[in-house]
Amino acid sequence: MSEQLFDPTAPLTPSGNLRRREFVGRLGVGACTAAAVLAVAILAVVIFTVFKRGASSLSLDFLIKAPPIFGGPGGGIAPELVGTIILVALATAIATPIGILTALYLTEFAGGRFARVVQSAIDLMQGLPSIIVGVLVFGLLVAGHSESGYAASIALAIIMLPLVTRASQEVIARVPINLREAADALGVNRWRTITGVVLPEARAGIVTGVILAVARAAGETAPLILLLGVFNQTQTSFNPFASGGMPNIPVEIFNLSEQADPDSFSRAWGAAFVLLAMILFANFLGRMILARSAKRTGR
Amino acid sequence: MSLGDGILFGVCAFAALVTIAVIGVAGYEIISGAVPAVSKLGVGFLTHTVWAPNFNKFGAGALIYATLVSSAMALVLAVPIGVAIGLFLSMMVGTRIRAVLGPLVELIAAVPSVILGFWGILVLSPFVHEHIEPWLNHALGFIPLFGSPQTTGSSLFTAGLILTIMVVPIVASLSRDLFLTVPLEMQDGAAALGATRWEVIRGVVLPTTAPGVIAASVLGLGRALGEAIAVTQVIGAGTAIHGSLFRTGDTLASRIAEQFPGESPLWKSSLFYLALILLAIGLTTNLFAQYIGRRFQVGGMAGV
Repeated sequence: MSEQLFDPTAPLTPSGNLRRREFVGRLGVGACTAAAVLAVAILAVVIFTVFKRGASSLSLDFLIKAPPIFGGPGGGIAPELVGTIILVALATAIATPIGILTALYLTEFAGGRFARVVQSAIDLMQGLPSIIVGVLVFGLLVAGHSESGYAASIALAIIMLPLVTRASQEVIARVPINLREAADALGVNRWRTITGVVLPEARAGIVTGVILAVARAAGETAPLILLLGVFNQTQTSFNPFASGGMPNIPVEIFNLSEQADPDSFSRAWGAAFVLLAMILFANFLGRMILARSAKRTGR
Repeated sequence: MSLGDGILFGVCAFAALVTIAVIGVAGYEIISGAVPAVSKLGVGFLTHTVWAPNFNKFGAGALIYATLVSSAMALVLAVPIGVAIGLFLSMMVGTRIRAVLGPLVELIAAVPSVILGFWGILVLSPFVHEHIEPWLNHALGFIPLFGSPQTTGSSLFTAGLILTIMVVPIVASLSRDLFLTVPLEMQDGAAALGATRWEVIRGVVLPTTAPGVIAASVLGLGRALGEAIAVTQVIGAGTAIHGSLFRTGDTLASRIAEQFPGESPLWKSSLFYLALILLAIGLTTNLFAQYIGRRFQVGGMAGV
């Protein structure tokens, strides 16, 4: 048996098997770092391209004027901007109360089989492809009638609902139990506890959830293509219940992107700039509200 | 129970019922819209590859093929990248960097698909056409998947790349949350036995979270299968089945987005049939992910 003697003069670097293992480890860590860098780089490239190309067509007129009636360069996206704001506002007004109440049901009153069914329905709704939401609302409201804005708002509300519900559920479940116990000890009714203690305590999280859902709905295109695919882009429409199309930014970007002429493309980049800026701002705002409340409550 | 309690309970229960009703109505509307096509075209619709509205011929074979190929490509690329990002965020950086990078990765999912698709048409697709496709064809051309590049970059390949960009944040964010739940004692135990950091990941972190990673991948797959707009913009609306990724195609969702509601009753009903297939695939992937999630306690993800 040969004995390997320790050589005190040898440098203290790993050799043989350990060296190979450490090399593999560095390779793995390097690959993970590269993946993270790649993701952030792609995000940066997309945002940079949209902002750089969109900036050239951006001006005050772009935001407050309609496009020229007979086509060509110039004009703005005011009708689309107004339409998107109205559609999303109506969808928010529908989805927010239903979402918060469903979350309350699941956290405060639930138990048993029905709650599991509701939870499953929320999960399924979140996984529903948005084009399917468009098809179902078309079958329900548009087939046999003319297209109108409110149908699109209902589709957007269906997309927002699970987002609002899950966000609310998470923050309501995290309201400290001792706050409820304090209310109980004072002999406060259940509903007073919920409206006076639980909801105010969870408010920041719920608001963040709603804002993120609004950001999601504002850019949603697939259901709108089916429900509001045809509109007069020079005509601002303020009434989502009137029959007839309603101009909106996502479908306008889609239509322009299929047209393959430079004027359309520059309009589309401008519209994409406006939409993306609104969505990024909403995401930033939502996270800031959440972070500030977390700092305040220490949770 | 006071009157106020009763009222609040009633209102909340009603809201919960609305949620269930939406899912029920979704199933009913889509099935009833598809019934004429289902009864006329039957199950053969799934394998029939000709979609020619002018000749009143409808088949979903080519669409199902392109849907599966583009989504599979997205999954093959997005799962390793997403898991790697999840590992990076959870194991290799401190809380401060994680708090900045995590939201940035999730922000990719916030970019609307129509903007990503438009960027795909004008930036990604020319780049893919000029650089990536010739290179892949040169290096791997003996595999039929990497045939010769066509006249434009509109292809299954570009669609797969766009879908990859959409799936990566889902997988990354879910798997980061998973990896953070692995008990530190187990990791420290492996490290105390002399494992390197990578060996801790390979030997402890990944095996304990494997079911959750699968659930996250399935959720990502569901997203890729159902994406309509961005795919429509870059896939080129092809009608035939091609072996090469560099040719055009059309997925179930993109065909609905292009042609809905159709111009004849059978056309419209066939589009509902496509939606029904998509709904069935969507429900299956979702229930599967839910099943794994419940069994192995995988958390949900807000915002995606």
